[in-house]
Amino acid sequence: MSKENILKVCDVTMQFGGVVAVNNLNMEINKGEIVGLIGPNGAGKTTAFNTITGVYAPTNGAIYLEGKVIAENHPSGKMKSAYKGQNMGKYHKAVLLTPDKITKLGIARTFQNIRLFKDLTVFENVLIAKHMNYRANPFSATFRLNHKEEKAMREESLRLLTLLDLEKNKDDIATSLPYGKQRHLEIARALATNPKLLLLDEPAAGMNPQESDELMEFIHRIRDDFHLTILVIEHHMQLVMGVCERIYVLDYGSLIAEGTPEEIQNNPKVIEAYLGVDE
Amino acid sequence: MSAKKKNICTIIALIALGVFLVIVEQTTTESSMMRSVLQLSAIYALAAVSMNLLNGFTGLFSLGHAGFMAIGAYVFAIITIPVSKKGNVYYLYGVNDILANVELQPVLALIIAGVVAAALAALIGAPVLRLKSDYFAIATLGFAEIVRIVVASSPLNTITNGSLGLKSIPGFGSFYFPFIVVVVCIAIIILLINSTYGRAFKAIREDEIAAEAMGINLASHKQMSFITSSFFAGISGALMAMYLGAITSTTFPITLTYNILLIVVIGGMGSVTGSIVAAFLVTFAKEWWLRFLDQEMIIGTFQVPFLRTGFRMVVFSIILMLVVLFWRKGLMGQKEFSWDGLVRTLKKIGGIFTGKNRKPSASEGGGASE
Repeated sequence: MSKENILKVCDVTMQFGGVVAVNNLNMEINKGEIVGLIGPNGAGKTTAFNTITGVYAPTNGAIYLEGKVIAENHPSGKMKSAYKGQNMGKYHKAVLLTPDKITKLGIARTFQNIRLFKDLTVFENVLIAKHMNYRANPFSATFRLNHKEEKAMREESLRLLTLLDLEKNKDDIATSLPYGKQRHLEIARALATNPKLLLLDEPAAGMNPQESDELMEFIHRIRDDFHLTILVIEHHMQLVMGVCERIYVLDYGSLIAEGTPEEIQNNPKVIEAYLGVDE
Repeated sequence: MSAKKKNICTIIALIALGVFLVIVEQTTTESSMMRSVLQLSAIYALAAVSMNLLNGFTGLFSLGHAGFMAIGAYVFAIITIPVSKKGNVYYLYGVNDILANVELQPVLALIIAGVVAAALAALIGAPVLRLKSDYFAIATLGFAEIVRIVVASSPLNTITNGSLGLKSIPGFGSFYFPFIVVVVCIAIIILLINSTYGRAFKAIREDEIAAEAMGINLASHKQMSFITSSFFAGISGALMAMYLGAITSTTFPITLTYNILLIVVIGGMGSVTGSIVAAFLVTFAKEWWLRFLDQEMIIGTFQVPFLRTGFRMVVFSIILMLVVLFWRKGLMGQKEFSWDGLVRTLKKIGGIFTGKNRKPSASEGGGASE
């Protein structure tokens, strides 16, 4: 493959007790792409997201960001006998980074059910995302020995808000915003961490058709403006087909198809998973 | 109101408070109620603000505050009791050789007291901070009780003087001393809260999962908040030791934690100014304004019923319940004091009296007079 891939998910299986939520998932995402991850309810999309971002440690398999391992695990302890997935014994190390470290390496995400810092202002929400790159120690931060850094942080946040048309709401409490704007703010906050890869978990959930059209444009715009790679989970087919260059389809935890929107739309397996099959 | 005007107002208010303290110092005697209650309130204010840093700003519901105050108080007492009085204090068990000739300056001792409390917090923080909400509260509560029992235990007799406690602890010297210490400490806490680390604490309070997804290391930030809070709790404990002059392990019971928690809740979880105001109101009400309820009162030939020793606490509790009923989030909620807010409140109160702009909303007045 000529294109440089940014995220590589290898044989990832996520098993909770006896339930295999994600089964042997393999994905490759190239730099600058917008990739969709779709599937019926309960297919394991969000679980896949959570394994990539470090919320869950995969039961088996490995995940690489720009060739660097961010998660690798193999069944151990009780899981050894309970494991129902494949590729057992292929992975030996246990590298398990916490979500904050993975964010630092360049993966940012939004949440299916918006998780803003509710009682804080829009500006503070974005400012907090800048905290992780902060160099000064608590002592010098308390006594304002680093006002330059603080100032730069505030300016960057303000610039980001201006770029995303949120500067008018900058002093509003996050939850007082209309729903669509809250979604935008969540994306703005994720962008404030300077990610290379942005994961959007159902960004159009609860939006009306007009709002989701705007969102489509918005996703294209931030990809170009911020030189991002985007992986998006979405139920809204019009949005997925309109925005994604490549699509992965999950069903019952397993990958059932992969391809361009046209290929996916005509794939019998996908149609079967979504609509069922005549008997 | 413009920013300049606000600043002038703030400066005038601070000067007024300073002048008030000077007047109190000049006009009252050494043992007056006014003096001692003011000092006690200031100490409670520091304890409450330091607890608020953890409970209100970081969202970690800790009940171990009395434990850290006890550590601060004991450390301070042990290193400041004058050498000449040590024989007298430790008359039963004798004094440990290492401590026999130790007598430090109060300011230095205050810092050491804080550092020891913080060090202990760092030690127990690593395991305890893994727990969430109720479990964390119970673990810290247990810690406070352990501290109290260990301090009074016999192996430490030559250091803590066992259950006899310590006395002859040097006092404040100057009337202003506790106020200066408290103002400096609270100023530092406010600066920390307004820094980027303070924002990270608030993010953890609002949503741990989102905070972690924003690259905030939960463990280290919780630890930082816990240690800072304990440091200032240690200092407030040391001030308490100075104020009382004598301490035993029963000076810092679990109920002390509840008293401070009460101040934090009444003032508003997540409001520094709320904690300060509540510390003064609660302490004054409890220690002074309601004292008359403890004495029998006879008007003419009629003896007012119920009034006897302890009745003050009944009334106090009822007042607290009413306050919590009408101000669900405490007096200040999560907001800080601002002049704009004061003007708004005054207008609202004025509106009630003049009958103007009275809205039929449930939050206003709560129908108390109907």
